[in-house]
Amino acid sequence: MKDIAQRALNAAQLRGASYADVRVVRQEWQSIQVKNGRVDALAQNESAGFGVRALVNGCWGFASSSRITLAEATRVAARAVEIARASSLARAAPVVLGPALHTVAWYETPCQVDPLRIPLEDKVELLLAADESMRRLKHVAVAEGSMEFICEVKTFASTEGSFIEQRLVESGAGIEVTAVGNGELQTRSYPNSFGRQQMKGGYEQILQLDLADHGEQIAEEACALLSAPQCPSRTTTLILDSSQLALQVHESCGHPAELDRVLGDEASFAGTSFLTTDRLGTFRYGSPLVTIVADATVPGALGTFGFDDEGVPAQRSVIVDQGLFKGYLMSRESAATLGRESNGAMRADGWSRIPLIRMTNINLEPGQWRLDDLIADTDDGVYMAVNKSWSIDDKRLNFQFGTQLAYEIKQGKLGRLLKNGNYSGITPEFWGSCDAVCGASDWRMWGLPNCGKGQPMQTAHVGHGAAPARFRNVRVGIR
Amino acid sequence: MLGSERLERLADRALAMSRADETEVVLIVQDSALTRFAQSRIHQNVSESNVELRVRVLVGKRVGVATTNDLNIRSLRQVTERALQLARLQPENPELAPLPDPQPITQVTSWSVSTREFVARQRAQAVSTICRLANEKGLEASGAFSTSASELLVANSRGIRAYAPSTLAELTTVVMSADSSGFAQDTAIDVAALDAERLGREAVDKALTGRHPQPLSPGKHTVILEPYAVAELLAYLAYLGLGARAFQEGRSFMTGQLGRQITGEQITVWDDGSDLTGLPFPFDFEGLPRRRVELITNGVARGVVYDSQTAFQEHKFSTGHALPAPDVFGPLPVNLFLQPGSQSVDQMLAAVDHGVWVTRLHYVNPVHPLNTVVTGMTRDGTFRIERGEIRNGIKNLRFTQSILDAFRSTRSVGTETRLLPGMVGGIRAPALLIDGFSFTSATQF
Repeated sequence: MKDIAQRALNAAQLRGASYADVRVVRQEWQSIQVKNGRVDALAQNESAGFGVRALVNGCWGFASSSRITLAEATRVAARAVEIARASSLARAAPVVLGPALHTVAWYETPCQVDPLRIPLEDKVELLLAADESMRRLKHVAVAEGSMEFICEVKTFASTEGSFIEQRLVESGAGIEVTAVGNGELQTRSYPNSFGRQQMKGGYEQILQLDLADHGEQIAEEACALLSAPQCPSRTTTLILDSSQLALQVHESCGHPAELDRVLGDEASFAGTSFLTTDRLGTFRYGSPLVTIVADATVPGALGTFGFDDEGVPAQRSVIVDQGLFKGYLMSRESAATLGRESNGAMRADGWSRIPLIRMTNINLEPGQWRLDDLIADTDDGVYMAVNKSWSIDDKRLNFQFGTQLAYEIKQGKLGRLLKNGNYSGITPEFWGSCDAVCGASDWRMWGLPNCGKGQPMQTAHVGHGAAPARFRNVRVGIR
Repeated sequence: MLGSERLERLADRALAMSRADETEVVLIVQDSALTRFAQSRIHQNVSESNVELRVRVLVGKRVGVATTNDLNIRSLRQVTERALQLARLQPENPELAPLPDPQPITQVTSWSVSTREFVARQRAQAVSTICRLANEKGLEASGAFSTSASELLVANSRGIRAYAPSTLAELTTVVMSADSSGFAQDTAIDVAALDAERLGREAVDKALTGRHPQPLSPGKHTVILEPYAVAELLAYLAYLGLGARAFQEGRSFMTGQLGRQITGEQITVWDDGSDLTGLPFPFDFEGLPRRRVELITNGVARGVVYDSQTAFQEHKFSTGHALPAPDVFGPLPVNLFLQPGSQSVDQMLAAVDHGVWVTRLHYVNPVHPLNTVVTGMTRDGTFRIERGEIRNGIKNLRFTQSILDAFRSTRSVGTETRLLPGMVGGIRAPALLIDGFSFTSATQF
């Protein structure tokens, strides 16, 4: 790949690029889906290509191609330069990247068992066993399970002299049951929503999930939800499990902390952010119990890697420190506008797309409580778990989430199961009402493989660590 | 672009290499480019070129799919073998449908040379026009201008050979002041049909009208939904239950409702891949002709769309709505139309005493799929209507609303329609005047 990268960089420079980088990427992925006792989909995919990013007269151009040849490297680099020149027809201040980077390195996801070497029959058998365990109850309409394994090998090179090779491996699996009856439809999934729990690492991640041992339980819960009472609408105390809290962090902290959103780059599509630059360092985002970090170095987490797609090393940085808004997710270019340096958040979806600022692992730091004690300490409220529905406005303030499970809390104990659990709020008010966060024993990493952003749309795989937490005076239910 | 002859040769070669009982080859060629702008400057300008080969094989009642974007001979052989191995490794599915037989396909025009030949400089000129209009009023423009040229070839061992090229152009802008924003969007096969000046003025006018937005209490309000918002609701309606798979699994609001009144009589929805006023395309990803399907007629549930697999399970014919295999979601409508009505938007406005004008919706997601309840926010042009006139901008509202209930409460349907991008394909929709639309909370801007 070195010759392709070198050719592309040379061609871009010869045509006038002041900076260029190239990523040559090869992805292999395997998808397995079973449904109602049958294999529903089974696919082995591969995709390879390269993308060239060029800076000319202070403007960006990007071009990519699936044909990995020296001649195509020249053509694509020339196209990136031509596009960059066109960009200068509507330009403002020239792009500044900050200090030059010169890194030569190799990184590989630690992986005990290469998932693509496990026989397919074993994977199908495991999923079918879980599927069977979900289909024993009358109202189960759909039982399904899935696995996804991804191996990405990528080479990054830049005109500043960086040359970085990485091999990133992901493994994920999950099961889901849909029950229909009494004019209702209810879904339960394990271990998380979004089809599966995805992690960086090998097949050992799948075996730890014990899918088949959880099928019967989620089927029973889905069926019980069909006749459960509706979650009442009121303002009350809310305790969220760690998986729902992970999505809360994702939507209400991760996205608004992306500096490209803040600077307006996503204004017409995903939106902007309430975390404007004048609030950096002074804005009270949440209560003093709320500390949120971006950490691309957590072992096994989905947003962990060696280097981002600008060649910046994976790192840990603080976004919210004891409730105070302290930092953004940044690229080299956006960091330079604040006089800072990138914290390694530029990532692209495959070879064909330009890197954007993306979440890495955005984690709510653990507190001191144990979940049992937290519930025992709550007189009246609702406990909600596992996401079902999500929506947030285009500045990331007004949100509404639905969960698969909701239980009333009465006098320190979990009470009735409630259907259609739902809560809403305004981001800083919600985090400001946090009065307890559970500790390390309840803290868990979750992998979200479906984070969409950008045009053309890119899907990022990101991680979130969280422990259950309690929030006061939250509006639950829908009036 | 590779052309039909070259793609057919590739497909024939892959079919000849396959040792499976039945084989399907799908080739997707795409050249696309996109210019994004924000703060009245271009900040992202990209192009990509890709070819994807998808091979689906059947071995008895087993199926396997493999894909690659490397088209050399060795790779063709590997991908067909890999699909075969995948198929052999799995248990039989007695309900698996065979690959479809060829059916006559009526070609429709979905290609424009001007779109194919549109270059970055031309996109930048259109962007400059919008930025100029915004800057003249002290506003900032953002948005995206994309063009693409694609080819799709489907071939199978039963004799299907379907090929069509297509192009698509889309221009979107959001123009912003410090406390308001305005949206405009257009999509077309021919880029020449997109008018940057008109879109820029539409968005600028909205942003200016919405300045100094006032809060409005949530609750049930009469609304006028612009086609942008209506198209979003239609897209979710299709996603939640207008495909045969959800229908067969009992997850669709259409299950058990065919022949029954499910919306008001003014609502008629169909899917038609041959209608030249949409984004027509002659066939689906199995190489079968896209047939017109009546989905809701005068409020009565009429049907859902099928691919070969779901049709096989009901002993029906596919309607030509297959997505690329392996497709766990099932068939989807991709050329949706909502029948226009008899009232102009001005007439609708005059008929509203107190209400809310909604330009577009943001981050819509299902809350209760079976009841078609979705939630989302208003965005980029939300106004208070008083005594038949747009009075002032209002701060954005969250809605939590059943789509079918909204269509039951539709007072009138607009005469003018607009072609807009859907989740997949296109949607042509008019504005709707709806009573009792449920806003459940408000935001701060």
